[in-house]
Amino acid sequence: MFMEQLIEKYFRPGRLPHIWCPGCANGIITGALVKAIYRTGLDKDNIAVVSGIGCSSRASGYLDFNTVHSAHGRALPFATGIKLAAPQMTVIVITGDGDAAAIGGNHFIHAARRNIDLTVLLYNNNTYGMTGGQYSPLTPTNSKASTAPYGTVDRPFDLAALARGAGATFAARGSAFHAPMLVDLILSGIRHKGFSLVEAVASCPISYGRQNKLGDAPAMLKWQRDHAVPAAAYEKLNDEQKADKFPIGVLHQADAPEYTEEYAKIIARARKEGGH
Amino acid sequence: MSKTLLMQGNKAVAEGAVAAGAEFFGGYPITPSTEIAEELSALLPTIGGTFIQMEDEIAGIGVALGASLTGKKVMTATSGPGFSLKQELIGYAALAEIPIVIVNVQRVGPSTGQPTAPAQGDVMQARWGTHGDHPIIVLTPASVPECFRLTVRAYELSEKYRTPVILLMDEIIGHMREKVQLPAYDSIPKPERKKPLGPPEEYRAYSGAQTDLVPPMAAFGQGRRWHVTGLIHDEYGFPDGSGKATQELLDRLFAKINNHLDDIVETEEYRLDDADFALVAYGGTARAAYAAVDLARAEGVKAGLLRPITIWPLAEKQLKALGGQVKHIIVAEMNRGQYVLEVERTVAGRCPVTLYAKCNNEAIAPAELLAALQKAKQHTGGA
Ligand SMILES: Cc1ncc(C[n+]2csc(CCOP(=O)(O)OP(=O)(O)O)c2C)c(N)n1
Ligand code: SF4
Repeated sequence: MFMEQLIEKYFRPGRLPHIWCPGCANGIITGALVKAIYRTGLDKDNIAVVSGIGCSSRASGYLDFNTVHSAHGRALPFATGIKLAAPQMTVIVITGDGDAAAIGGNHFIHAARRNIDLTVLLYNNNTYGMTGGQYSPLTPTNSKASTAPYGTVDRPFDLAALARGAGATFAARGSAFHAPMLVDLILSGIRHKGFSLVEAVASCPISYGRQNKLGDAPAMLKWQRDHAVPAAAYEKLNDEQKADKFPIGVLHQADAPEYTEEYAKIIARARKEGGH
Repeated sequence: MSKTLLMQGNKAVAEGAVAAGAEFFGGYPITPSTEIAEELSALLPTIGGTFIQMEDEIAGIGVALGASLTGKKVMTATSGPGFSLKQELIGYAALAEIPIVIVNVQRVGPSTGQPTAPAQGDVMQARWGTHGDHPIIVLTPASVPECFRLTVRAYELSEKYRTPVILLMDEIIGHMREKVQLPAYDSIPKPERKKPLGPPEEYRAYSGAQTDLVPPMAAFGQGRRWHVTGLIHDEYGFPDGSGKATQELLDRLFAKINNHLDDIVETEEYRLDDADFALVAYGGTARAAYAAVDLARAEGVKAGLLRPITIWPLAEKQLKALGGQVKHIIVAEMNRGQYVLEVERTVAGRCPVTLYAKCNNEAIAPAELLAALQKAKQHTGGA
């Protein structure tokens, strides 16, 4: 399907243009999401899209599903409630690096630990875009930020490793530059039963790029092209070669009991043993 | 079949939730509210409902709000520190008009305070704890049977007005055991939120067209796709940055509550008919007030009690009438004087209003209120 038809099918009439700056990668990533949803063949009525607060989280308002633009960091609790109360629904979370890994970090690791069947699409632009470029838990060390005029001291998270360590059964990373691959990764994430993280490396030329002299929007996308390495090839690199590269692709996949299915068993047991 | 049981207040809340048809609880343990979570973890799955213990209190209310969007009746319960953590999402529920019952079993604060001691220090926080202007409904039970009844009532109000309702208890009521007669739960009408009619494309989740100003609420996953946001929004739920949208939405949110005060505001009067001196007391403190009224009457002081059961919105009509009737009002509360300020403002000089406050981990005793009533009579002279 062409993008125009996808827009007609999955974007809400009258809600565009979006609020994103020219050159922002959020549009590419949101486009990849609807392409993946199209390929699932799922009914729009059966999909919930839940976001937090941030530039990226505004995507929920443009999309024609059951949508929640929740509070900063709180998309995962809302999404968990929807999934638990209506397990037949497909629940997708849209979040930013600050939303998911700073203020929502605790919810992130616990949702992963539960292995509840949610797909988290995390727009990682390495900054707090919406509030004007303060440093996030994904800002590389020694970067400039509006709250780090002398450079950042903090070390960034490796989100896929964090999710895996917390118990997620699917973790992938893609980038806005490698958009077709991102579609595949999101599709795999949605199809995977359990907690899935798809980190999409984004670019924010306005709040992050400018401060760090990363060039314009095309230059930032070219940086992704030049620094992303498919996971299998990345593994073969030595530490020095790895230093300024990042792996893309499916980084972790495992099988584990899914939360809502396990809770259904609790209900069955309680009904047999308990009874009111 | 109805049954009579000796039951703890917190358990009666859990039973009330089940009786009202609640199917979802999300929370985080904290004294003195934990029994509510424990009871519901056992009860809910037996009726096909869901209990989940979350990673913190913010997640506890967030998960419940998500479940409410799918059409379930939901609850979260907490105490002091956890109530502070829930505040942001209480405002979200008020603005996005998502029904939920939030229980706060008050303990001594601020901070960790005295975890197992009773207090009523969250009265103002229950009204204004979240940021921004917003309406809220807060109910305060004064007995174990009332824990049950007001939990059911909290669901009725929450579903009817599409609003968060806070059940504000205190440690006395939460942990006391009393005899309670529980009706057969299938005899209790299940509160239902208004369902949308008409074509799905025309559904407006925030339409002000209804005479009661409460828009019907579609459940997620059932064919009406809509947008929920904490931003000021238009009738469809989409963000609207205009001043007009702000004014109109907040006007409607307040009006949908304020236009129905006769339905929402519940008070109880005890021996007030010919009273010259009135106590105003709520929750656990009201128990001492009934006894104090009887003691005072025996001593020749014509005393009575006005007990706000709905403490927010304020029972302005009843308080004004009381101020016109009696010679003196004493507000008794387990804090340093919170509700008294609202009573004083409302009575507006019709009679003197004074405070009997106590916040030393102990409940107010009837003898203390008797002494306060006697003193008031001496000051007034005669009567
Ligand atoms: C409780 C709370 N704290 C702070 C904010 C302000 N705030 C809004 S968005 C944001 C950061 C967004 O960054 P990120 O999640 O990375 O998303 P992006 O805007 O970069 O897409 C902050 C700090 C808020 N809305 N709520
Ligand atoms: S500030 Fe950055 S992330 Fe936000 S819309 Fe602009 S370019 Fe995109």
